[in-house]
Amino acid sequence: MTGCIELKDLTVRYGGKTALDRVSLSIPANGIYAIIGPANSGKTTLLKSINRTIELEPGASVRGKIFIDAEDTRRVRDVYGLRRKIGMVFPLPVGLPLSIYDNVAYAPRIAGVHRKRTLDEIVERCLRQAALWPEVKDRLKMLGTMLSGGQQQRLTIARALSHDPEILCLDEFSIAIDPVTTMRIEDVLLELKKEMTIILVTNLVQQARRLGDMTCFLNMGRVVQAGDTETMFSENPGNQLTYDYIHGVFG
Amino acid sequence: MEAGRNSESLFAEAVLVDRKARVLAREETAKAGAISTNLFAATKFTNRKLKTQTIVKWAFGSMSVIILIPLVVLTTVLVVRAWPSLTWDFLTDVPKQGMRAGGIWPALVGTLYTVTFSLLIAVPVGVMAGIYLNEYARDNWFTWIVHLAVVNLAGVPSIVHALFGLGAFVIFAGMGKSILSASLTLAIMTLPVIIVSTKEALLAVPMTFRMACWNLGASRWQTIRSIVLPNSIGGILTGIILQVCRAAGETAPIMFTGAVFFKSVQRGDLFPYKPTEQCMALSYHLHTISTQVPGVPDSMLYATAVVLLGFVLVFNTMAIVLRTRIRNRKKW
Amino acid sequence: MSRSNQRSEDDKRRARSLSTRVRSMLHLLSERTIVSLIFICGVSAVIFVFGIFFFVFREGAPFLRHGFDAGGFFLSADWFPTSVINKRYGILAQLAGTGTVTLVAMLVAVPFSLGTAVFIAEFCGRKTKEVLKILVEFLAAIPSVVWGFIGLMVMNPLIVKLTGAPVGLNVLNAGIIVGLMSVPIIVTIAEDAIRAVPDAYIEAAEALGATRWQLVRKVVLPAAKSGLLAAVLLGVGRAVGETMAVLMCTGHSINIPFDGTPPYFHVLDSVRTLTATIAAEMGEAPRLEAGPDGAYPVEAKHYQALFVIGIVLFVITFTINVTADLIVKGIRKGK
Repeated sequence: MTGCIELKDLTVRYGGKTALDRVSLSIPANGIYAIIGPANSGKTTLLKSINRTIELEPGASVRGKIFIDAEDTRRVRDVYGLRRKIGMVFPLPVGLPLSIYDNVAYAPRIAGVHRKRTLDEIVERCLRQAALWPEVKDRLKMLGTMLSGGQQQRLTIARALSHDPEILCLDEFSIAIDPVTTMRIEDVLLELKKEMTIILVTNLVQQARRLGDMTCFLNMGRVVQAGDTETMFSENPGNQLTYDYIHGVFG
Repeated sequence: MEAGRNSESLFAEAVLVDRKARVLAREETAKAGAISTNLFAATKFTNRKLKTQTIVKWAFGSMSVIILIPLVVLTTVLVVRAWPSLTWDFLTDVPKQGMRAGGIWPALVGTLYTVTFSLLIAVPVGVMAGIYLNEYARDNWFTWIVHLAVVNLAGVPSIVHALFGLGAFVIFAGMGKSILSASLTLAIMTLPVIIVSTKEALLAVPMTFRMACWNLGASRWQTIRSIVLPNSIGGILTGIILQVCRAAGETAPIMFTGAVFFKSVQRGDLFPYKPTEQCMALSYHLHTISTQVPGVPDSMLYATAVVLLGFVLVFNTMAIVLRTRIRNRKKW
Repeated sequence: MSRSNQRSEDDKRRARSLSTRVRSMLHLLSERTIVSLIFICGVSAVIFVFGIFFFVFREGAPFLRHGFDAGGFFLSADWFPTSVINKRYGILAQLAGTGTVTLVAMLVAVPFSLGTAVFIAEFCGRKTKEVLKILVEFLAAIPSVVWGFIGLMVMNPLIVKLTGAPVGLNVLNAGIIVGLMSVPIIVTIAEDAIRAVPDAYIEAAEALGATRWQLVRKVVLPAAKSGLLAAVLLGVGRAVGETMAVLMCTGHSINIPFDGTPPYFHVLDSVRTLTATIAAEMGEAPRLEAGPDGAYPVEAKHYQALFVIGIVLFVITFTINVTADLIVKGIRKGK
């Protein structure tokens, strides 16, 4: 089974603040792991630490260990290969100023794939998985930046899938898109979870309930509670703070 | 902030005066028996404000015209006085009779050489330095020093560049007075502007593109090569073209480092100089024939100036056209 | 993807992993080489600025070493480097020359440049703005030797005709020419400074009913004050450093244009600037000359003195540029 992640005492500090404080989590392979919490609770920092883009933030200090399939990610030499194992989707849709085809083919090309037939296959597969293929199959040469917001977000997902990741991270992906597209993407995620680990960071509590097999509640850089979704969302999750957050008392 | 407070007091005052004027106007029309009053009619006060504004607008506008009239007038005067000598022969012929007849071919070719060589050095170094400053440098004291160095290099007077070229290339490096020394001096002179325009062109590419690429497993250099550079090449080229103008027009930096009064060259020869030789240059040539050679016919002097000016303005126009085309073809 | 497909994909992946590893190592290596190259180029600018100072200082240092008379150098107008019997190196006249030409240039350039900048930034329509900006750019592109030529051939007879002066190559001529040369940089920086005034101020003023002029006078100009100062400073720097135009237009005499007789400031006098001194005399100043005992060649003092003038110029423009840059940085940060 590939794609299980283990965080041990992860502490991340930057900008003079402690973004994550001794976070320890165990994320199983193949499933949707939801992370909820109010703003500034460290959710985005957590994702950035997993694919080591936190190192590109000026002045960030990272302590603790992150294991992907029992391999310590902080010691991996080939950071770029590591990042290719992890797909990342941001809150705001970003289309690269290339054609739609080149957008999706970008990561494979960087990884060394150059045969046109392989690239064609990858582009079609990923656009289909991202539920975008029917809309763009006749205009693959169009600039990616000219698509609508919802389409660009699906393009981002297609890009994230193009390098065959074992882990897919989504950071509040539905913020800038309409409810219909959100629903379509949620259906996509439910399909994809059978073959990869999906970490879904969201501040829409109900989205976590709909999609998450397990949920983790992060508050002010600390794990308040983590466990299977049913328990977390039940009338008696075991932690008063969790209950309060989920029922909108704060956040 | 002081300006903020000024605006507040200004408005308080304006509103008060305006209100008074309006109340007065309403009373007057009411007295005259009119039934309706127009709240938004212009009062005497408003009219006065608008009149001042128009006067001021014309005053500033004429200032701009006055300062730009010389450009138009002088260019016309130069071309008109140069007309008799502006022939194809003038461009391809060599100077004859001690520069009093013939053409400017060796000087043209010399300028071509020095400018090309200086670009061959300044462009790669400048563009890479710009890439370093925008893509790799962190926000620390060292970057601040580099930035300061670039700003100061840009402000060094051209004669000091000449002294540097003399001290460093002609004497210290032993290159002697040559095209090589002159080109290197010009390269150092044009370097800072190329660095700055590269940096600004790179800055115009949004950060979100880079982050998307990093998350896809691309390294910084791969990102730069595939996304950032292709989308900033226009701005970089504009900066380079503008520096071509400058390199062609400068006289002082090549005066003691490689330019020479006269060199015997074949008419129309494209390769008359070796890099280790001295050469004639258009800018230096203009200086010498207008100050050191008596008896040169006026139209030849003006023609030399027009050729130099024309070259510079043509390249400048190219840069402007390029810049406009980039602006109109935005990809995001 | 089904389970069996997944497994064959895994096998393929493992087989590729060796070549991928080699490729990724090569990639990391080439990345590092390119980054080093980029870093070296980045640092090159620093090297060259220090290099300029170093080499100019190196050639001029001997002058400063053996019994340098600072007072005599800076405060005396006796510049006789080629005299056989009594060599003297006083640059007061050249300092006065540079100073007066810069003064006249700024008197010409500053009001018109600032007016143009205000007009472009605040009062004119889009099309006019484009045209004006292009014209300013053309003005900036004119090479300094062409300006010098204009001063020599066009301004010269004009001044003689209008003022009756015997010679038209003087402070006035060079001042006007250098002023015109400084206009573009003052206009550009001043326009930037005016446009940098926060929109919030302007919108607040407009909402309260101010006319454009009231807005500019009471809000925009005070807020852009330091940027305008930086623009003028950079114009001064340009004027001080100008070489070819002053070489051809100032008339070349060692002369301080101030006098007890009215009009006290003789703009119609010929002067020589620091920059023109170097340009004019470096060609004739031999680097080596016969030593005191006649046998070994020593570095000539004249040659070194010219390099020292270069140092003085470098220091002046360095100071002006750093000050202006700090001011501009202060605006950008505040924004």
